[in-house]
Amino acid sequence: MSAPTLSTGKASAPPPGHHHPTTGPDSAREEFVRALRRNITAHGFLIGAVLCFSFFSWYPMVREFLLAFQKTEDGRTTWAGWSNLSYVFNDPAFWQAWRNTLLFTVLALLLGFAVPFVVAVVLNEFRHAQGYLRLLVYLPVMLPPVASVLLFKYFYDPGYGLFNRILEFLHLPAQQWLQDPGTSMLSVVIASTWMNMGGATLIYLAALQGIPGELYEAAELDGAGLFRKIWHVTIPQTRLILSLLLLMQIIATMQVFTEPFLLTNGAGPEGSTTTVVYLIYQYAFNFNNYGGAAALGLLLLVVLAGFSAVYVRLSRSSED
Amino acid sequence: MASSTLVSRRGTRGRKARRRDTGQGRQRTLISPAQLGRPRGRAVYWIVFALVALGFTLVFLGPLYWMVTGGLKTTQEVVQSPPTAFPSSIHTENYSQAWNVMDLAQLLLNTLYYAFGALAFQLVLDVAAAYSLSRLRPVFGRAILGMMLATLMIPATVLVVPQYLTVLDVPIFERNLLNSPWAIWLPSVTNAFNIFLLKRFFDSIPGELLDAAAMDGASPLCTLRSIVLPISRPILGVVSIFAVVGVWKDFLWPMLTLPDPGKQTLNVGIYSLSNGVPQNVLIAALTIASVPTLLVFLLFQRNIMSGLTAGGLKG
Repeated sequence: MSAPTLSTGKASAPPPGHHHPTTGPDSAREEFVRALRRNITAHGFLIGAVLCFSFFSWYPMVREFLLAFQKTEDGRTTWAGWSNLSYVFNDPAFWQAWRNTLLFTVLALLLGFAVPFVVAVVLNEFRHAQGYLRLLVYLPVMLPPVASVLLFKYFYDPGYGLFNRILEFLHLPAQQWLQDPGTSMLSVVIASTWMNMGGATLIYLAALQGIPGELYEAAELDGAGLFRKIWHVTIPQTRLILSLLLLMQIIATMQVFTEPFLLTNGAGPEGSTTTVVYLIYQYAFNFNNYGGAAALGLLLLVVLAGFSAVYVRLSRSSED
Repeated sequence: MASSTLVSRRGTRGRKARRRDTGQGRQRTLISPAQLGRPRGRAVYWIVFALVALGFTLVFLGPLYWMVTGGLKTTQEVVQSPPTAFPSSIHTENYSQAWNVMDLAQLLLNTLYYAFGALAFQLVLDVAAAYSLSRLRPVFGRAILGMMLATLMIPATVLVVPQYLTVLDVPIFERNLLNSPWAIWLPSVTNAFNIFLLKRFFDSIPGELLDAAAMDGASPLCTLRSIVLPISRPILGVVSIFAVVGVWKDFLWPMLTLPDPGKQTLNVGIYSLSNGVPQNVLIAALTIASVPTLLVFLLFQRNIMSGLTAGGLKG
């Protein structure tokens, strides 16, 4: 650290406290000592968090990149070039895992993105019991995931489960739910939506409450009906929040792991619920293939980085 | 100011009064108050309201009802087809059996220990870091903040494998943190979002307040303790709740780093024993595991909901 850097740091943030309007080399030295002391204190406050980040965040980030191009045999680690990536690409489960993850994402967005918005629009109209209904929607978010997931597993049982009872009551054919490759992913999505929709609903509600009422009045003067008011006022006014949440949900749902892992032991019937993150888990912890896990992780990172970049851009623009 | 408010109030009195009748003075929304005031509008409103309220209660409380009562049924009744809406006889012993067989007391204690340890680490280290970045502004402070925020761009699940390998053999210290609470506590500090929330709050504290303290010769630590922290109570509450709930709800990370059955969390412990116990005992265990978080939610729902909407989107 040199004196000029220290004084630049100081210029951007003048320290509070006494200021002696003296001149000459003495004051420059005093200035330097004060800046040094201020920086030592400031870095003392930072050091704990910085150490934690170094060991458990920044170092693992670097290691993820290294692992993807390394292999370990008989305790010796050597460079593996692209072999981890080509191994991953040639795994028959690879494309299936991406297809399943995309299917989960699309279904989860259809349910988990649209349903909370409709629910929020309806709830926002209510003059009664809004607090109670808001509480209900958010209740599952607070449950331990194992509790909600194992409960849904019980409901999905084709023999004694509640869901086939409801279908029977509605005169619909019974389903095999988690045991059928055709419905297993949908079952996972339904459970996941029930568990997670509360957060999005409350964020939409807050956004809806920020819409100036005059806009609706103006739209009514122009003769707009209910759906045209939604289309021309509600959606444009909440567009930023809608797009931010859409991105956030894409990023979150493409990393789905806990729900399929607990509901169908990860792979599901005929591998129908194997997701990319479950495949990473399998590589690393069932096959001890850390290189393959890191290579697949890197691919997921690249796919999600695009969404993350757009998200950061949008949220920056919302700050201004 | 006062007179202009008076004038504008007089000007809109008619409209305001009408609004109060139907909407209790709330801001107007999609449906106009006039429309709701008409008999037909009012009927539609009440029908929709009743359907939604009933539907929500069934969809969100129904499963919880099924869980609580499922834990009270006999082993035969809980897997009986068709299922019964009310337990034909009450068997509270399922709950005590779940408590004993699955060693829920131990799992609960473990989870509390991890959750509040993580909370303490986050409160001390993240608050200190955010305060330093916001108010003390050291050299490279912006770069450090940027690197912290950059971790938000990396999907958490991608980092699980290298993080796990780090925990197995922490560099420099050459320690294996497997089965140790440090494996939960230390990584929990790397919550860039918390640091961001705290820093943004500290940024909003008026500078004169802190300058005055410094003028009186207060050290930064003293200023943090006696001025910044008391003002920051709301944001500290939000951060604390999310820290505890985060550990409570986590599954993959504790499953990997705490494989010893005596050290597992509630989530992992119940999952690993779920195939070895009867269905009714398992459901009773799920009910018990849900009670603490539900209590926290009911007690702190205001803080949780405001925290969610205040900081939920920025990052």
